[in-house]
Amino acid sequence: MTTLHQVPPTSPPLDPPPPAKTRNLAWRITRPVLTYTAMVVVALLVLVPFAWMLSSSLKRNNEVFTVPIQWIPDELRWSNFVDIWDRIPLAAYLGNSLFLSVTITLLQVLTGSFAAYGFAKVRFPGRNALFLMYIATIAVPWQAYMVPQYIMMQKMELTNTYWSIILLQAFGAFGVFLMRQYYMSIPDELCEAARIDGLNEYGIYWRIILPLSKPALASLALLTFVTTWNDYMGPFIYLTSNELWTVQLGLRSFVGQYDAEYAMIMTGAVLSVLPILLLFLLGQRYFIRGIATTGLKG
Amino acid sequence: MTKTKAPPAPPPRGPEQRRRTRRNTLIGWSFIFPNFLGFALFTLVPVIAAFVLAFMEWDSYRAPEWIGLDNFAEMLEDENFRVALGNTLYYAAGHIPLTMLAALGLAIVLNRKIRGVAFFRTAAFFPYVTSLVAVAVVWNMLFNPTMGPVNQFLGAIGVSDPPGWVASTDWAMPAVIITSVWRDMGYYMVLYLAGLQSIPEEYYEAARVDGANAWHRFWHITLPSLRPTTFFVLVMLTVQSFKVLDLIVVMTDGGPGRSTLVLSQLVYREGITEGHFGYSSAIALVLFVIVLGVTVLQFRLNERRNG
Repeated sequence: MTTLHQVPPTSPPLDPPPPAKTRNLAWRITRPVLTYTAMVVVALLVLVPFAWMLSSSLKRNNEVFTVPIQWIPDELRWSNFVDIWDRIPLAAYLGNSLFLSVTITLLQVLTGSFAAYGFAKVRFPGRNALFLMYIATIAVPWQAYMVPQYIMMQKMELTNTYWSIILLQAFGAFGVFLMRQYYMSIPDELCEAARIDGLNEYGIYWRIILPLSKPALASLALLTFVTTWNDYMGPFIYLTSNELWTVQLGLRSFVGQYDAEYAMIMTGAVLSVLPILLLFLLGQRYFIRGIATTGLKG
Repeated sequence: MTKTKAPPAPPPRGPEQRRRTRRNTLIGWSFIFPNFLGFALFTLVPVIAAFVLAFMEWDSYRAPEWIGLDNFAEMLEDENFRVALGNTLYYAAGHIPLTMLAALGLAIVLNRKIRGVAFFRTAAFFPYVTSLVAVAVVWNMLFNPTMGPVNQFLGAIGVSDPPGWVASTDWAMPAVIITSVWRDMGYYMVLYLAGLQSIPEEYYEAARVDGANAWHRFWHITLPSLRPTTFFVLVMLTVQSFKVLDLIVVMTDGGPGRSTLVLSQLVYREGITEGHFGYSSAIALVLFVIVLGVTVLQFRLNERRNG
């Protein structure tokens, strides 16, 4: 499995075995023990909330808050995972989230990589000023312009439609920025050679640059998908009809409506996290690469 | 940014050259246009509008009117604004240093080439990609004042009167801060790991030869070498802290009372819930200026220290 091991660029390990003469045997045994103890403590801090979520999702409502905490319930109620589909329209929510995430990811990757080629490989007057505008908007916090965006969507009568979310999120500057960073690392000589061979710019983009930039495309796609899937404020502001809701809105409203159904709420939380966990395990090195390339997200 | 300052297109000389420039401009724009159209309409225009609206009186039912600085004067009188500003600073004062410490601690513990370390790194990073709603919902339950696992644990280690967390005006903000530190530390850990791995091993060997103990090595080699990373992390965390919104909305919705009301949320309430577009944009502008000001200040201080 590919793991965070590959995150930072290759470099020498920080802790080679210390010179034998200065370290005695006792230290060589206790040191790894200490390290593992520290790592287990860290892992517990991070994972206990997830473990509690999972454990609670398999309980009865009145078993969730027992004293002391029961980590493994007497009877594993897998039926929670069946019942919840009847309690809330979870399938519809998941479908809506999937539709929005896929659409926005596709548009972001397509138009972002296409524009990035113009910024990285075609030289024309005004290009850098144009790019500066993209960068400048990344620096403005979204919270500062969410109201003008909202007014605009209202005037265009696109609130409470998917159009609002898609239009606002699919053409972000972030994708252009990330892809351009990557294209800059592809030597210009490669494009030059292709031009001499008679390939036009669209051909170079499609047949040379795109195939070379698969890792960057994967990074952008994963980051965009996960961000859209997890987004709360966007759907919260724009989507008022229940049938348009995403998983995040559905889960939040489930909590508001049935706040004593602790086990069911945890079941919903597990189901909302599961797709992301799978994606994350499959593509974590692309996540890290995307973060390392751009340094920021959001 | 590696090559932003690419040389500008050469000045057009002959008609041949000019034709090529024009052709390149067309080609360049044809690549950028599909994205630019959406970007200009739905990001650039709203960003510019946000700056203009701040100086206008505009409610959803009235025509916009230029009023200069009146919105900012109104802010000085507005108790909600004062409370939100205070809470935002409170959140930042907790979230920034704690996340930094946690991320650095994680990175140091997990910067070992030993079996299984990859699993622990992956685990530490996972909360950052998890859905915020799920995180908030789970932590809200963990923080349940009477039966929650957090207070059970505190009771077990002898705390007789554990805090009421999200149900208490004094403890709601600490609860939000703890949750956000837990969520964000893995992301900054990745940045610190990259920083740690760029420190040459020779430094440590030389220090060992000189007899420096682990604490000395950390204090005199690790920390100074990490300064660029720390600076970057600090700037990122500052920006992120001042604009906190979604975690607050889901966990406490600003409450109880106004105890966790933050600036972004006030922008949202005034602008989208109440329809006070102008006033809300003025608050947004203040938020932006604070973030920008703090960032510029940090850059200045950093330069002075390096120079």
